[in-house]
Amino acid sequence: MGELVTEKHVRYILAAEKRKDDFESVVMEHLRMNGVYWGLTTLDLLGKLDTVDVNEFVSWVMSCQHESGGFSGNIGHDPHILYTLSAVQVLALFNKLDIIDVDKVTKYIVSLQNEDGSFSGDIWGEVDTRFSYIAISCLSILHCLDKINVEKAVKYILSCKNMDGGFGCTPGGESHAGQIFCCVGALAITGSLDLVDKDLLGWWLCERQVKSGGLNGRPEKLPDVCYSWWVLSSLIMIDRVHWINKEKLIKFILNCQVVLAELLSCDFESDTENGGISDRPDDAVDIFHTYFGVAGLSLLEYPGVKPIDPAYALPVDVVDRIFFK
Amino acid sequence: MHGRPRKALEPVDAAAQSAKTEKLRLLQSQFLANHHNRIYSKEALEISVRLLEINPESYTAWNYRKLAVEHLVSQSESNPDTIKSIFDEELKVVESALRQNFKSYGAWHHRKWVLSKGYSSIDNELRLLDRFQKADPRNFHAWNYRRFVCALMKRSDEDELNYTEKMIGTNFSNYSAWHNRSVLLSNLMKREVEGHFPKEKVLEEEYNLVQNALFTDPDDQSGWFYHLWLIDQTVKSDAPVLVSSWPFPGSHITLKGNKCLHDHGSSISYPSLLDTGIIPLILCFNQAVEGIESSTVAVKSELGIVEDLIWKSLSTNSLNTAQVWVTYLNLRNLKLQMSRSYLIEISIGHSEGIMSSSGYHYSRPSEISFKLFVETAFTEPAEDQVGKMISWENDNFQKIEHFQEADFIMSDRIITGNDYIPAISNWCAETIGNEINSFRVLLSESDCKIGKLTLARLLTAYDSISSAHDKGMVHSEEILELYADLLKFDPTHSSYYKDERSLVLLRQITSTRESLLQYCHHDRNSIETNDGYVCLRLQNLSLSRMGSIESLLWVQMLDLGHNELKSIEGLEAMQLLACLNLGHNKIGTFTALGPLRLLKSLKVLNITHNEIGSRSVDTTRYLCSSPLSHTEEFDCDLFESLSGDVSAPSMWEAFLVFKSLNLKQLDITGNAFAGDNKIRSFLVKLLPTLKWLDGEALP
Repeated sequence: MGELVTEKHVRYILAAEKRKDDFESVVMEHLRMNGVYWGLTTLDLLGKLDTVDVNEFVSWVMSCQHESGGFSGNIGHDPHILYTLSAVQVLALFNKLDIIDVDKVTKYIVSLQNEDGSFSGDIWGEVDTRFSYIAISCLSILHCLDKINVEKAVKYILSCKNMDGGFGCTPGGESHAGQIFCCVGALAITGSLDLVDKDLLGWWLCERQVKSGGLNGRPEKLPDVCYSWWVLSSLIMIDRVHWINKEKLIKFILNCQVVLAELLSCDFESDTENGGISDRPDDAVDIFHTYFGVAGLSLLEYPGVKPIDPAYALPVDVVDRIFFK
Repeated sequence: MHGRPRKALEPVDAAAQSAKTEKLRLLQSQFLANHHNRIYSKEALEISVRLLEINPESYTAWNYRKLAVEHLVSQSESNPDTIKSIFDEELKVVESALRQNFKSYGAWHHRKWVLSKGYSSIDNELRLLDRFQKADPRNFHAWNYRRFVCALMKRSDEDELNYTEKMIGTNFSNYSAWHNRSVLLSNLMKREVEGHFPKEKVLEEEYNLVQNALFTDPDDQSGWFYHLWLIDQTVKSDAPVLVSSWPFPGSHITLKGNKCLHDHGSSISYPSLLDTGIIPLILCFNQAVEGIESSTVAVKSELGIVEDLIWKSLSTNSLNTAQVWVTYLNLRNLKLQMSRSYLIEISIGHSEGIMSSSGYHYSRPSEISFKLFVETAFTEPAEDQVGKMISWENDNFQKIEHFQEADFIMSDRIITGNDYIPAISNWCAETIGNEINSFRVLLSESDCKIGKLTLARLLTAYDSISSAHDKGMVHSEEILELYADLLKFDPTHSSYYKDERSLVLLRQITSTRESLLQYCHHDRNSIETNDGYVCLRLQNLSLSRMGSIESLLWVQMLDLGHNELKSIEGLEAMQLLACLNLGHNKIGTFTALGPLRLLKSLKVLNITHNEIGSRSVDTTRYLCSSPLSHTEEFDCDLFESLSGDVSAPSMWEAFLVFKSLNLKQLDITGNAFAGDNKIRSFLVKLLPTLKWLDGEALP
């Protein structure tokens, strides 16, 4: 164990971006926009964003935009708020936000806000606080937050607050670390964190740390590297991150790395199985968990990883560039 | 993506995998072609089914199926049987997709979409849900869908309550069931439904239910948070309540100039108020409220109602709710005569409008009266009047020995909140008492974390409710011992227990006048002239956080040096604060000083020997007003004109925090940034009123 094998993770991501032929890639083809955001943000956090072809990615991203203004997960698929945020985030990483037709994207997101302040994912009406976070985060990056009804959006999020101080996907939904990140992030971006019971939620969040040092997403579940992000960023936004044991968590994340080629006695997929991070030790790696592992290490101030903003999930220098120019 | 073991592929498997991949790729491209060309033939629909069976996460396919349904329905000539069978087919597709992945958002939403069209039988759904519950009782998709179905069939909350009890009875380790129970009970108690009101009866039954879970397996977290919720429901009042104010009822505020004679009376001087001519009126509630304005809170003197008072919430949230509200009386506008006493009355809640964010009204109209005596005319301090530098050295302070000198702290009546908090019911004290006994029994049988922590919380709750009956915090020692125990027992969460310990300690210190007096000092230099501050010195207490601020609204000079503070959350309520020592603590960033921006009277600040500028992660980034949270504009031009060539990245935080302060004296040595001359001169430019930096007089 011991350290973050940066070079290997960079190689893993670059190879994964190019690889489109294995089963995993085909199955996840529809969410490539998310995958690109995860991969590129990880590269930026490791200081290696300059190893990719900016123009290639930018033109692919723009080719996923529909008439409605929304972006799809890949070419040919339908638009959805999930991929609209990822698209904007990718362009932000490359400092190419100026090529966006801001009015068009804003109109798409505004059209998804419902009477009660909630947001639908697309025209088919699925409601979830994940979409509230996405709308608020995306419009904030585009400096158009005032185009939605922020007060109602905040009120809806509050209506999803539970007895344990956490938040669910809809009113009455059980608290889950992913939803908590979305709600706390949305409240952070709208300056409303005093509406969170930080001590109560902070205790619920810090009790996600189990014996192995990893974090789970809700009580009595298994730990998973992706919760290093959801739980950790939430704790940081409410200034309660000192309530977990950081050293133990770092150890857990590093243990989820694939370092050793010895696993690969055969050549098949040997390039890709070298590097990457999995959900828990000895499971298969993927881009999703590689991103969350590295992002988690960033929040834990691990050396060699750039600081990441806990609310916008983008490197701090990218966020500062957006708001302090 | 989750839970797949890491292993290399054998060549035979590789070939099969390759074929599988090709099949899926073909399916996807065929499907997309049908979707773009709006083909909804039987063959095309079949392709989408095969795709969704393999890959239920392919969201566009679910969209396609909805379009197909709409198309088929429009072709069906409104034949109800045809339409029903179209929707039934969709339900089958969802079921087969869920078999592949019972957590697929797309599949569950499609089912909701179908049901909400109204052509399908709802009865089947509960049976389907039972099967999912058995497979995975924590599947939150299933629980959400259950809530949706119950609403659709208008199933009663009581029936659902029985369902959760059944689930818990089968296996108490079902957090999802406990959570659901809390939602149902909240609704029922709020609606005051027959048989579920008063809440005393409900809570008693719930305590019994959760005790079974907690005592059977204390390490299972399922009941922990439910029990904590029960305690909160027992102790807190639904309606918002005023817990403290400044001035407090019955107090005498005397504003005297520097040169007056020693007054044998027991009033305290307010040098900072004389400087600014502004008197803050502070209201502190037990929960966030909205609606504090001149129509709901009136301030009047014998001269009439004070006009044009604007109440400000000490928070920035979009709903304009806050626990602490402030308004400022401007002496210049009040037109008070010298050397006479005025009775000022604050009337709260005589008209409706003050409400908590959960919708409960402030229900107890009350008055706070205090006397204001202005001995000398307020004048602007002369420009050349430098004044004296404040020293935080021990030698500079002398303990206040006599009670008469300490009337400013407030009488015990006020501290124990009798004026504000309604009498706690016997039931409440009895219930908490019973729980305390139960947990003592648990701890005697099993030395467990949840036992110790819950007992500590119960004792704390008991003390806080009985302090209204003048008993003070009798269990403080035992509570502090429990946290010391927990520090060793559960070292992973040691910082949590440390923070809790700090809160208990501060509650103990502020619980009676006697205990508070131990920490009150006079500033030696000003004893003769009686124009100095009373300083509350809380040094060397290993405090890792602040608390009990509602009992400290009267403080003008606060010494928190030599502790372990990372944040000063809550300090913004201390509107009278003029001098603050945060030296030798663990403050890691400028944004942690955010609360100070709201302190209009703050003149002297010591932040020496902290960790400002040496942390790469800012944990108070979103707790401090800034453009990131749309709570503050960034004056780019001003920043550039003042910063010169100071590196921008971390300096915007210093800029936002310091530009709103009016400090006379600032001490910063011992921080990572303090050695940088460019930053020092940046700060000096930001603070035009600054007279001393690190002990040196500025030109």
